[in-house]
Amino acid sequence: MYSFDYERPSGVNEAVSAIGEDDKFLAGGQTLLPTLKLRLAQAGKLVDLGGIAELKGISVSGSEVSIGAMTRHVDVANSADVKSAIPALSYLASHIGDAQVRNRGTIGGSISNNDPAADYPAALVGLGATVHTNKRSLSAEDFFVDLFETALEEDELVTKVTFPIPEKAGYAKFPNPASRYALTGVFVAKTAQGVRVAVTGAGPCVFRQTDMEAALSSNFSADALSGIKTEASGLSADIHASADYRANLISVMAARAVKAAS
Amino acid sequence: MSVENGIGASVRRKEDQRFITGNGHYLDDINRVGQAYGYFLRSPYAFAKIKNIDLSAAKAAPGVVDIFTGADMVADGIGGLICGWGITSKDGSPHNAPPHNSLAVDAVRHVGDQVAFVIAESLQQAKDAAELIEVDYEVLTPVTNISKALDSGAPQIHDEAPGNLCYDWELGDKAAVDAAFANAAHVSKIDVVNNRLSPNPMEPRAALGEYDAGSGELTLHTTSQNPHVARLIMSAFLGIAPENKLRVIAPDVGGGFGSKIFVYAEETTTIWAARKINRPVKWTADRSEAFLTDAHGRDHVTHAELATDSDGKILAFRVSTQANMGAYLSTFASAVPTYLYGTLLSGQYKIPSIYCEVQAGFTNTTPVDAYRGAGRPEATYVVERMMDTAARDLKMDPTEFRLKNFIQPDAYPYETPVIMTYDSGDYPLAMNMAKDMIDYNGFAARKAQSEANGKIRGIGVAAYIEACGIAPSAAVGSLGAGVGLWESAEVRFNPTGSVTVFTGSHSHGQGHETTFAQIISDKLGVPIESVEVVHGDTSKVPFGMGTYGSRSLAVGGSAIVKAIDKIVEKSKKIAAHLMEASVEDIEHEHGVFSVAGTDKKLTMGEIAFAAYVPHNYPADLEPGMAENAFYDPLNFTFPAGTHIAEVEIDPATGVVDIVDWAAADDFGNIINPMIVEGQVHGGVAQGIGQALLEGVVYDDESGQLLTGSYMDYCMPRADDLPSFRIATTNTPCPSNPLGVKGCGEAGAIAAPAALMNAIVNALGKDIDMPATPEKVWRAINSN
Repeated sequence: MYSFDYERPSGVNEAVSAIGEDDKFLAGGQTLLPTLKLRLAQAGKLVDLGGIAELKGISVSGSEVSIGAMTRHVDVANSADVKSAIPALSYLASHIGDAQVRNRGTIGGSISNNDPAADYPAALVGLGATVHTNKRSLSAEDFFVDLFETALEEDELVTKVTFPIPEKAGYAKFPNPASRYALTGVFVAKTAQGVRVAVTGAGPCVFRQTDMEAALSSNFSADALSGIKTEASGLSADIHASADYRANLISVMAARAVKAAS
Repeated sequence: MSVENGIGASVRRKEDQRFITGNGHYLDDINRVGQAYGYFLRSPYAFAKIKNIDLSAAKAAPGVVDIFTGADMVADGIGGLICGWGITSKDGSPHNAPPHNSLAVDAVRHVGDQVAFVIAESLQQAKDAAELIEVDYEVLTPVTNISKALDSGAPQIHDEAPGNLCYDWELGDKAAVDAAFANAAHVSKIDVVNNRLSPNPMEPRAALGEYDAGSGELTLHTTSQNPHVARLIMSAFLGIAPENKLRVIAPDVGGGFGSKIFVYAEETTTIWAARKINRPVKWTADRSEAFLTDAHGRDHVTHAELATDSDGKILAFRVSTQANMGAYLSTFASAVPTYLYGTLLSGQYKIPSIYCEVQAGFTNTTPVDAYRGAGRPEATYVVERMMDTAARDLKMDPTEFRLKNFIQPDAYPYETPVIMTYDSGDYPLAMNMAKDMIDYNGFAARKAQSEANGKIRGIGVAAYIEACGIAPSAAVGSLGAGVGLWESAEVRFNPTGSVTVFTGSHSHGQGHETTFAQIISDKLGVPIESVEVVHGDTSKVPFGMGTYGSRSLAVGGSAIVKAIDKIVEKSKKIAAHLMEASVEDIEHEHGVFSVAGTDKKLTMGEIAFAAYVPHNYPADLEPGMAENAFYDPLNFTFPAGTHIAEVEIDPATGVVDIVDWAAADDFGNIINPMIVEGQVHGGVAQGIGQALLEGVVYDDESGQLLTGSYMDYCMPRADDLPSFRIATTNTPCPSNPLGVKGCGEAGAIAAPAALMNAIVNALGKDIDMPATPEKVWRAINSN
């Protein structure tokens, strides 16, 4: 780890004004800290968001679930309100990484990092969530740009994510046996705006599987997905899985997500 | 009469209190006043010439104490690391053991090879300075795959090893095997790969070197399984210091699995550097370094053929293996694919003739050496995959085929065609027990049920054997070992009756402090809490050979028994004197000495006290009560048994679910059943890891290690494992006084073969380890 300065502001404005060109926001630190320790990343200053009360917490209104950026995965997983409003979201959070990661990692940190194999992007895109920052609100699809890339500007900070409550939703994940990230994860939701199918882990960035969405729109059942394949070209390939295998997992996980939907 | 906490009792481990409350003394817990921190600059390339190293900027960096390179060690007369087992090739030539300097001289040969040792006031300063070292590399094309390395035209890694060949070795009667194959009714063939594994002990390797300028004594704390052997090698071969001026201490060590047997570059450099700078120096590997530099295990490519007659009887076995040694020959690397492998190819079977040939070669990868099982898992894997293949070819049930060919219980001692003499066993008993435990006969119904649920079920057997309790010194010496493989012990009574046992074995998780104390408690009637077991310090314990190859109890425990025998013999003389009887009339049981036919008796504690306060004492007897013994085993021991795995495969994803596991093991007599059970659990978990999850992967072109962290190298976790059904059979080992065989490696030896046979059984086609979901899915979806 290279040396760095450290600041722990108590408000969003203070945090944003503290951040400089070489600095980094520190949320749960589950990616950033190991990267710093391995000297793969360097920061002039870490601006720790842990002291900002307004970034924490979960609230449910009639039509949406709102989750503060610094809310930990374990809190989303255990929230009775989330379990009742969007059980698939609670399930997803309960399967992120391991217990240690869930006890430290946050939704804001996870989506701002936009790891291609993270779980949350599937939920955000699958549910048509809105990402709120200190500057603006933008749709999940506009927020996630590419591999480890989001629409966030240097001095922009995610403050909360709002999820419209769907009619039903399900998530099925095939974990990487080593890291327990999603080798492929599919989030399926039947919403007022239609059916959405979001895939994480399989490609460089979360994406919607529109053929499946069309099929499920007329018949929201696993059978409707039978025979729908995803083109392997453009999917990720590494020592853990080929693109062909990931394409297969999209089909299998999508069907399981539909079956699990509630 | 039995003794509380004696032999056979599941005593809770005495050492666990300190381990689980954070009060252990692992190496990184130990610090010294004035200590500096060492950091190794490592090669980022798999193969490169070093044209120049410029240290000027780094030496000027804040906090830097000194920086050393290979040239400094050479100039100081420090020798290279050695391989302690000489293998002779078919043509009579000795194996090629190229120079292996602790710090690279002229070239680097694997990613992670040591280039420079930076010592600074803090670890961060050492790392900062290392980034300022300018190394001018001429990058060369590497080769990481053993078959490619042995091909003509492969990059030449060492001038001293033409064609990258370390040795071309053979064992067995080739002519007899060829003749048997010529007349065989059936010949079955397999090609198997034994995947390369990273050992991953929980505690990474570390070293703390100290120099006392007054006495000239060097003290090295190191994460070793055998501190005396480390001292011997560093002294006799590297020239670090004479043995009497070098103290090596292996304190609490957090797991080894073989990887801490070896003498590595890092501890060698650390202790040498401590004298150079006349300050304590500490080095602790981080996990990335552990992946890059802890000696790996396995990495064999094998073709095997089995000849059978028309009745399903085995006639002959022929095995050809290529073994990857990595970039350099590690401490005992040469022995693993030869005398720890070829000698076990008879398995549990009566095979009239066997021929094995092994080509070992160098690649641009981390050195490979012994890892839990060391050669024997590789042998069992070949033998047991072969047996299943032959049974399938012959359309026989795999257990029936094995039972038909087993060495029978009345056949001992049984001499195999590959120079082992099995001493005892009952292979049919263990197999039938495992079959009952898992309801083997009910498998067909369970398979049908799985099929109805859209799943594919399979069952697989492995009847393994291992040679443990390594080993009779004369025997291994004749095969090329550079050391004897006896063990030492001292049993020392204190005047108040408590006991300190000094053992040359080393516990790094095995529970010796409990098991060895149970032996003392049982034989001498001393309460277990009054027995202290001391190990791991060359200044405290007699020269010992350490712990590996499931030898601690069979060899180290036997040495303790020999010392106990001397204690009893002396105590009888004292008892006879005190009770005014003749020595011949003194009877001894569990620490109570009595005069035959009377009610006169004395306890061991009373006698020990009398020996230290000898006011009324035999005139011709030395005072004191401490005895030491060295025990050289008469034979290897041969633990054996049958493991059966049952799996259910999801054809949509290829995920293998282990639904049941039965293990029937013969470890001979058992001192602590709970510890034995734990060893079986751990071993099976590691074997399952090899079969399903683990595998070191190098990039073919660059030679970079792609599985360099737990994000990419998959270790087995609790939720990957089933509940195990475990049972033991017991044919006591006739060659040692405890009748024990060893249990530490059995699970890791049996499990890969059992699990892969189950998967192959389910799929109906061969597949290599690790059987990842994608590989299984591809097998299901290919024709």
